[in-house]
Amino acid sequence: MRKVLSQAYIWFLLIILYAPIVFIAIFSFTEAKAFGNWTGFSVKLYENLFTGGVNGGAALILAIKNTLLIALISAAVSTILGTVSAIGIFNLKGKKKRTIQFLNNIPMINPDVITGVSLFLLFVFLHFSQGYLTVILAHISFCTPYVVLNVMPRLGQMNPNIYEAALDLGATPWQALRKVLVPQLYPGMLSGFILAFTMSLDDFAVTFFTRGTIGLETLSTYIYADARKGGLTPELRPLMTLIFTIILVLLIIINVRQERSKANKTIR
Amino acid sequence: MSGKENVIIDIEHLSKSFGDKQVLKDISLYIRKGEFVTLLGPSGCGKTTLLRMIAGFLQPDEGTIMMEWESRGGQREFRDVAGIPPHLRPLNTVFQRYALFPHLDVYDNIAFGLKLKGVPKDEIDARIRKVLKLVSMSDYEDRDVDSLSGGQQQRVAIARAIVNRPKVLLLDEPLAALDLKMRQDMQIELKEMHQKLGITFIYVTHDQSEALTLSDTIVVMNEGKIQQIGTPTDIYNEPVNSFVADFIGESNILNGTMVKDRLVNFIGHDFECVDEGFGENVPVDVVIRPEDVYIGYTLEGSQFTGTVKSCTFKGVHYEMYVDTDSGNELQIQDYDAFEPGKQVQMLIHPDDIQVMRKERIENVIDCEIIDENHVKMLGEVFECAPITSGSTGPARAHISFAKVDLMDHEDDGDTSGEVWFILYKGDHYHLTVKTVSGEYVYVDTDDIWDKGDLVGIKILPEDITVEMNDGQEK
Amino acid sequence: MGKRSNWAIPYLIFLILFVALPLLLIVVYALQDGNGGFTFDNITRFFTDSDALSTFAVSIEVAIENTLICLLLGYPAAYILANKNLNKSAVTAILFILPMWINALMRTLATAELFNVMGFTLGKGTLLMGMAYDYLPFMIYPIYNVLLKMDHSYEEAAADLGATPVQVFRKVTLPLSMPGISSGILMVFMPTVSTFAISEFLTNNKIKLFGTIIQENINSSMWNYGAALSLIMLVIIGLTTLVLGGEDSEVEGGTV
Repeated sequence: MRKVLSQAYIWFLLIILYAPIVFIAIFSFTEAKAFGNWTGFSVKLYENLFTGGVNGGAALILAIKNTLLIALISAAVSTILGTVSAIGIFNLKGKKKRTIQFLNNIPMINPDVITGVSLFLLFVFLHFSQGYLTVILAHISFCTPYVVLNVMPRLGQMNPNIYEAALDLGATPWQALRKVLVPQLYPGMLSGFILAFTMSLDDFAVTFFTRGTIGLETLSTYIYADARKGGLTPELRPLMTLIFTIILVLLIIINVRQERSKANKTIR
Repeated sequence: MSGKENVIIDIEHLSKSFGDKQVLKDISLYIRKGEFVTLLGPSGCGKTTLLRMIAGFLQPDEGTIMMEWESRGGQREFRDVAGIPPHLRPLNTVFQRYALFPHLDVYDNIAFGLKLKGVPKDEIDARIRKVLKLVSMSDYEDRDVDSLSGGQQQRVAIARAIVNRPKVLLLDEPLAALDLKMRQDMQIELKEMHQKLGITFIYVTHDQSEALTLSDTIVVMNEGKIQQIGTPTDIYNEPVNSFVADFIGESNILNGTMVKDRLVNFIGHDFECVDEGFGENVPVDVVIRPEDVYIGYTLEGSQFTGTVKSCTFKGVHYEMYVDTDSGNELQIQDYDAFEPGKQVQMLIHPDDIQVMRKERIENVIDCEIIDENHVKMLGEVFECAPITSGSTGPARAHISFAKVDLMDHEDDGDTSGEVWFILYKGDHYHLTVKTVSGEYVYVDTDDIWDKGDLVGIKILPEDITVEMNDGQEK
Repeated sequence: MGKRSNWAIPYLIFLILFVALPLLLIVVYALQDGNGGFTFDNITRFFTDSDALSTFAVSIEVAIENTLICLLLGYPAAYILANKNLNKSAVTAILFILPMWINALMRTLATAELFNVMGFTLGKGTLLMGMAYDYLPFMIYPIYNVLLKMDHSYEEAAADLGATPVQVFRKVTLPLSMPGISSGILMVFMPTVSTFAISEFLTNNKIKLFGTIIQENINSSMWNYGAALSLIMLVIIGLTTLVLGGEDSEVEGGTV
């Protein structure tokens, strides 16, 4: 009985949580310009999306490209910076360690608006002209802490002597990092990278404040501007549906694999 | 053992499976009031599962647990505790790694049970003072549990349980996390506490020396079954099988043949013994404790000779390994040292020879006949010696211990498994290997393996003899 | 030997430049007039600006309400998900974080549209419902993590000492899940107070939250007042973090 009620509750929440996404998906298969209008089944919006389309699709495609480029660069730089820093922080002690960990926590706790405003003021103060570079720097600043946080536990699990062992066997510090530390830290780095990539993709507020006035649009700012104008570009519907489907499929694959390797292990 | 007087817990035909893995098989056992009972066995033998069932955290699949119960009127009755949740059972547990509540201090941890029962504040104070004195932890009331050492946490965990005045105290490997010195001190204290409190202790451990020191009764368990129940002396001196002999204390376990009543042959010689009723020319296991072999450069009444291989000083005695004239290796303890390389003479008294029926003399594995030279067993298809009967279906395969080959690589064999248990038999090793299908295969080998090694298992076709289930050969 | 600790130095410089200095600049700009002179005017202006004050009050109210809604809905969900007897598969837990991969603005717009189609008037009600959508996973996840890692022997010990299942929950499970609750509250309350855009979409511009006011001021080049408002928000955030013991309630970095 308890079990049935629990399951019912969970599924009730999930249905509510997924209703808007399903809603987007359904209305991605109709041509109507206004969201929520059904004018019959059509895959026209999907075609538009891939061909650059009619309804201002070129601007949307550009926004997607910008978003992906910014996310990739920010996540990659964050992963390298975060991993090296995590090793450094892990080997620090006492007050120094606490200070840097405190600073590292700020971007995660700080609301986006504050991060955005503070970075905006920084670039104004430094007379730094805002554009791609400032957006990427801003993204690195709020992504790196997540990489650090994902790599640190792996360092804790690692045998502290393996780095010394590598040096002892004649590796240079750089070789020891590449051939011994990185393979050990790889899972933490990967989840850090994925998290950083997602945070960057999803960001709106920080980009909004640091993109300057050169007309740089990412998906978020594009949607925001679009919605304020009143008419949401209809091609966004198939785009979101596709993104969600891809993520869903990827996660299912990852999970099935994990369950399988788990099942294999328990036999032993 | 005398009859069932003063029994406080009576367990009958208890079985439990997790998924398709059976962890307890038909356990029957009774525990007397005031007794110190130890459940002893290697990890995975089911001892903790049994304890958790007594506490009420697990429900048995089959069988009953009866417990003495004080009813409201103060009368004692005996009742089946099936379905009764842990919080209503008249016993308390000292958990593995203590499980002290990290959000409460020492006082509140110990007061937890009393507060729930609505015991008045003054009485709680008094009882906590008393119990803290008993575990030598007075003045620690306000301490944070995280600030205590392992030994101190251990004492608080015991105090938290006994302050509730349970009829039975369950202890789940309580000393496992302590270092050796601390463990020995705590053993003495536990024993004293048991005497002072006069309640029943049920103690789970995998440490045989701990069990021998503490217990009134030891229950030796392996692979979900009770192997032997008895006093520490009984179990040490008269182990019922090679598992118990090997697990308790050090021993030489050797293959032998019971020639006739009171005469047993092993390491190539006939020895007088005190055992009867095995029949004639029956294969048996023989257990000789290392301290029971008399040794000397010249020994009156010597029965066999050998060459000293090694000699190590162990504090009080010397431990020697001696190669006998028949090529077996014996472990011997003596107060005198004997020089490696020298010839020695040895003798064993009839009383000190423990003869045990062999549990099995070959592998007998359930299988299914596929065609005249293939069977399915251990989850794989094996080629076997031709089966002439022509029928298919369930059957049994016989494979001698020495005909099972183990390979370094799991993939090299017909199937694979993990080395589960190792017995040295003087001139070879007797291994228990758990296959991936969850069955056990027993192997005689000269090679050295370690417990936990993953191995490939190979069996040649001609070494697999198939017998139909109705007993008809081939 | 001690060399590897030096690897943190570049990041330390980065953090000072891109985290500490910008926050300091908020303080500096907040205490400056348009010509760069020192003044408290921007701060006092907030306390006399009835518009800003009421928006501030509404923001705090909405944030508290949203946090409570998420906690009440999220705790039972986290409890069920982490309990092996009630939920066998880890996939269900992942389903709760999955929507976070959809662009938040897009999701919010869809939610608002869904409310429209269902005939709800956009206003306070839809704002709270929509916000609960966005932030529920942030409440569930940290609590779920704490409950999942919790050593069950504590609960067993409590039952062993005579606690009924309800008492076990009240006296052991709930207090031990406090770190998860704290970080859940932190992760929901902070962004809600400061949210902008989302509130506008969900209420058809009827309800403005504090984040929107900050954005409007910055966008209309009133940097000093915008900085002052940001400073006020920083103080609120600092206080909340302090109350919830932000030092130990480590923000749980989600992994895939």
